[in-house]
Amino acid sequence: MIWDWNIVKDVFPLIFRAMWLTLGLTLACYAVSLVLGIIWTLLRRAPWAWFRWTVNGVLEFIRSTPPLVQLYFLFYAWPLVPHVGVTLSPIAAAIIGLGVHYSTYTSEVYRSGIDAVDKGQWEAALALNFSRARTWTKVILPQAIPPIIPMLGNYLIIMFKEIPTTASIGVMGMMLTAKMYGAQHWVYLEPFTIVAFFFLLLSYPSSLFVQWLEKKMNRRFDKNEVLHEAKQKGVVV
Amino acid sequence: MTRPMVSYKNVRKSFGQIEVLKGVNLEIGEGEKVALIGPSGSGKTTLIRMLMTLEQPTSGVIEVDGTPLWHMEVNKKLVPANEKHLRNVRKNIGMVFQHFNLFPHMTVLENCTVAPIHVLGLSKKEARERAVEMLEKVKLGDKLDVYPSQLSGGQKQRVAMARALVMRPKVMLFDEVTSALDPELVGEVLEVIRELAHEGKMTMILVTHEMEFARDVADRIVFLDNGYIVEEGPPEQIFEYSSNERLKRFLSRFRLHSVYPLTTRSV
Repeated sequence: MIWDWNIVKDVFPLIFRAMWLTLGLTLACYAVSLVLGIIWTLLRRAPWAWFRWTVNGVLEFIRSTPPLVQLYFLFYAWPLVPHVGVTLSPIAAAIIGLGVHYSTYTSEVYRSGIDAVDKGQWEAALALNFSRARTWTKVILPQAIPPIIPMLGNYLIIMFKEIPTTASIGVMGMMLTAKMYGAQHWVYLEPFTIVAFFFLLLSYPSSLFVQWLEKKMNRRFDKNEVLHEAKQKGVVV
Repeated sequence: MTRPMVSYKNVRKSFGQIEVLKGVNLEIGEGEKVALIGPSGSGKTTLIRMLMTLEQPTSGVIEVDGTPLWHMEVNKKLVPANEKHLRNVRKNIGMVFQHFNLFPHMTVLENCTVAPIHVLGLSKKEARERAVEMLEKVKLGDKLDVYPSQLSGGQKQRVAMARALVMRPKVMLFDEVTSALDPELVGEVLEVIRELAHEGKMTMILVTHEMEFARDVADRIVFLDNGYIVEEGPPEQIFEYSSNERLKRFLSRFRLHSVYPLTTRSV
């Protein structure tokens, strides 16, 4: 088997077009996981023990099951469940499946950020008579989120690389496009190489970006650094 | 005494098996300045934390300006207070903490305007005016747009005071506000509290280890030991004429401190 540039010319536009679907799907799944993650985190702090256990149980179940199994279940098995079953399009199943799966991880990240906020901050908010909602939105989350942004960014990259599993339920992303092309023309080397190339092209700069973000956030939260900057600006002497 | 602003009626508090307050009765009048002194673990901080609703008493009743704090009246019976009742009574109380607890993501000015805007519902302009006035009072009018991490401990504590004052509480609680400060910064914080005390109107409860300061500022000293109020009275009585053995032993440690201030302060 040898590399054939004519095949590359033929298949490249197809995969390039499919890349947009893969990217869009990544962002949609990621948005679901970010929003749902914080909801899980708040539910896990509910005042009733039985409720917390239930939520934790559900999360543990989702986290311990492979995403591929969850996708199959949502797409093939869910429509057959009586009363509550719904038929989902491949894309809807992919967004729900991966979004929910990764929300269990982002929930863990949010939790670590919230736990890192000093207990005194809660007390100060209470002493100033903040409502519960304001305590979260004005005091706790603005301190909990910035330090965990790099960790959340890592999950974006990990999730991006998980998107090809959605080919198994028929999402026409880069992976399935390459596979179908291969099946039609009996060539696989060029299509899959191009797919790999696209993933590399997109993930590597993203991971560099996350590293940069991490450095920036660490600096922001290093008080000595802040003080140093302030001294240079002449705010303190 | 003027009308009571705060009263503790047979208040007890346990943490697990340990009872830290064993039935405290205390009445504090409107505008009165009371200093709580006593060895660590005597329950003085717990006493004011319950007033700030940070800890719930195990039994007994605390009243603020005639209203029960942890209880509310339903059909003439006292039942445990709900969140709404707590928020309603809590607005009368402000607190300054040992470790400042400033909001690190907000500037000095924002620290002092966030609660007036979002809790009291003031406009941004009103909140700013109020905050600037208070920050000038604590002599930080030139630090409005600075972040807490750029301030010294003494400055942080003065911001914390301004932040509590803008809420205009009837009762201000000071929880060992100089204990986390470097010795040379203690003076500037005490000076602000002293000025506040001399203005007169506000009821103030101070938990402190600064005996000279307590003597100077307080109308009444309350000495707690081992979960009980052992002795209370005007400063001269407590510091000069008391014959209580436990109080004398406690105070003698501080006389020692003033002889060797630098070596013993960090202990």
